[in-house]
Amino acid sequence: MAEASYPEGLLYHPEHDWALVDGDIATFGITWFAQEALGEVVFFDPPEVGSSVTASEFYAEVESVKAVSDVIAPLSGEIVEVNVGLADTPEAINEEPYGGGWMVKVKLSDRSELEALLDRDAYVSGLS
Amino acid sequence: MSGYTAVTPEDLELMLAAIGVESIEQLFDGIPAGVRLDRPIDLPPGDPEQAVYAELHRLAARNTSTEDELCFLGAGMYDHYVPAIVDMLMSRSEYLTPYTPYQPEVSQGGLQVMFEYQTAISELTGLPVSNASLYEGPSAVGAAAYLAKLANGRRRLVVSRGVHPHSRETLDTLAVGYGMAVDEIALDGAATDLDALRAALGDDVGAVIIQQPNFLGAIEDVETLCAAAHEHGALVICSVDPLTLGVLEAPGAQGVDVCVGEGQTLGNRLDFGGPSFGFFAATEKHLRSMPGRIAGETTDADGRRGFVLTLQTREQHIRREKATSNICTSQALNALGGVVYLSWLGRRGIVELGELMLQRTHYARETLSALDGVSRLHDLPVVREFALRLDAPVDRVLERCAAAGVNAGYALGRSYDEYSDGLLVAITEQRSRADIDRFVEVLGNAVAAECALQDAGVTA
Repeated sequence: MAEASYPEGLLYHPEHDWALVDGDIATFGITWFAQEALGEVVFFDPPEVGSSVTASEFYAEVESVKAVSDVIAPLSGEIVEVNVGLADTPEAINEEPYGGGWMVKVKLSDRSELEALLDRDAYVSGLS
Repeated sequence: MSGYTAVTPEDLELMLAAIGVESIEQLFDGIPAGVRLDRPIDLPPGDPEQAVYAELHRLAARNTSTEDELCFLGAGMYDHYVPAIVDMLMSRSEYLTPYTPYQPEVSQGGLQVMFEYQTAISELTGLPVSNASLYEGPSAVGAAAYLAKLANGRRRLVVSRGVHPHSRETLDTLAVGYGMAVDEIALDGAATDLDALRAALGDDVGAVIIQQPNFLGAIEDVETLCAAAHEHGALVICSVDPLTLGVLEAPGAQGVDVCVGEGQTLGNRLDFGGPSFGFFAATEKHLRSMPGRIAGETTDADGRRGFVLTLQTREQHIRREKATSNICTSQALNALGGVVYLSWLGRRGIVELGELMLQRTHYARETLSALDGVSRLHDLPVVREFALRLDAPVDRVLERCAAAGVNAGYALGRSYDEYSDGLLVAITEQRSRADIDRFVEVLGNAVAAECALQDAGVTA
């Protein structure tokens, strides 16, 4: 994805992660800004299904040609699914950061954390 | 202040004043008095450069090289012929930095060399993944043990006593930092004791570490050792002498998971102990746990063949504080010597060299062990090195041989208390049949003379 894009309807964490909340399940990924800063992603090291994640702590690693970086969880909960497709096509994180590049699905443990996340405009204003 | 140091007393005063300190001594106030030297270092006054050069020249003349004596010393490093093409290519200024080239746009030559080096190491070891080299053999053994820790998280390493003493020492040192314990498996005869290995294995053993041929020159039954280790889910790390792989089965075909070793024999001279390089190859499963860097082949935007650094998953330049390896300045220049040497030798050459070593080694082993007072320390098959037992004190025999211009080998008692009468003898293509005959004569005389002294002592 060549052009910067930050969809409405997602919740954003200032460490450049997004969450799409559907009931008590949320999908996590990294933002356009994050993938652009990383450069070409060559590997995604996922957490194990069943492990727990804590908001603002790392749950996975993403490796680009430049660096290995931690991926920060926007919300707390238990991993219920990981994007196994990224094992073969990690470049989806660059090409479709909000689509095929999703990383994990999490059963949320504390919905009150949603209030701490940013909406699109608040996140984008923090980027400049 | 020496004439070469461009700091005058006035400069010093200004600098001290600028940082608000009264004297240089005051800069060291934070270091406890107990560990500080309270006097100048006891060094003689300076000499003129010309006198220093003369002194160093005099000291250097005391060194003996393998070109001055007839050398049968091996024990991990071996006196092989290095063809002129190796020096010619290694001394090209484009290659002279040992630093890993990160940037493909300015480093195509260096990256291609790494790619070809990795290909050669993979073919030799029979393992699909090779990195672009490590520092030397023993640290490669230690690095392989860390790969085992990453692979299965177990806490114990089991190492054969047939592994080079330097590798075992390095492993002991590094394992402390890994939080792993190291158990040693005794030799039975001269090969790793299979029963002792089976007894030591358990679900907490991360890797079994062996060497082929082992330090006593003996060929290990690698396949059987691998099967025993794998039954308990342990990896097998095998350190090999790469030049024996022309005649021995590839470790990868025998079940070895990680094959490492000392690269000196591949186009690097003895050079009084180094530098050389270490090599590191593994099965595909361990690709992402490899230390160091891996160069890969690719195509550029115009579809032309090119080379890049493909993987460096554990290194500090991409992992920062979470790095688990730090092979920045890999031994790329020495590894270049390695791949040039292997290319020069070729697929047939390495087999022919192995066969030549086999023939001469067997000739030497037969004739030397036929001497009075000399016998074989073991009867296991060997390729290029073998162990003898002497009926006379090994150190004194070595001295007598040295006086006759022959370096007779390595006194095994230096590393193995149980073989204090042992002598390790190495053969390369540099030692002709006539050289071996000369060695037989010199060793025979030395042992006979020492035995005669012993007998005289006993009867006196």
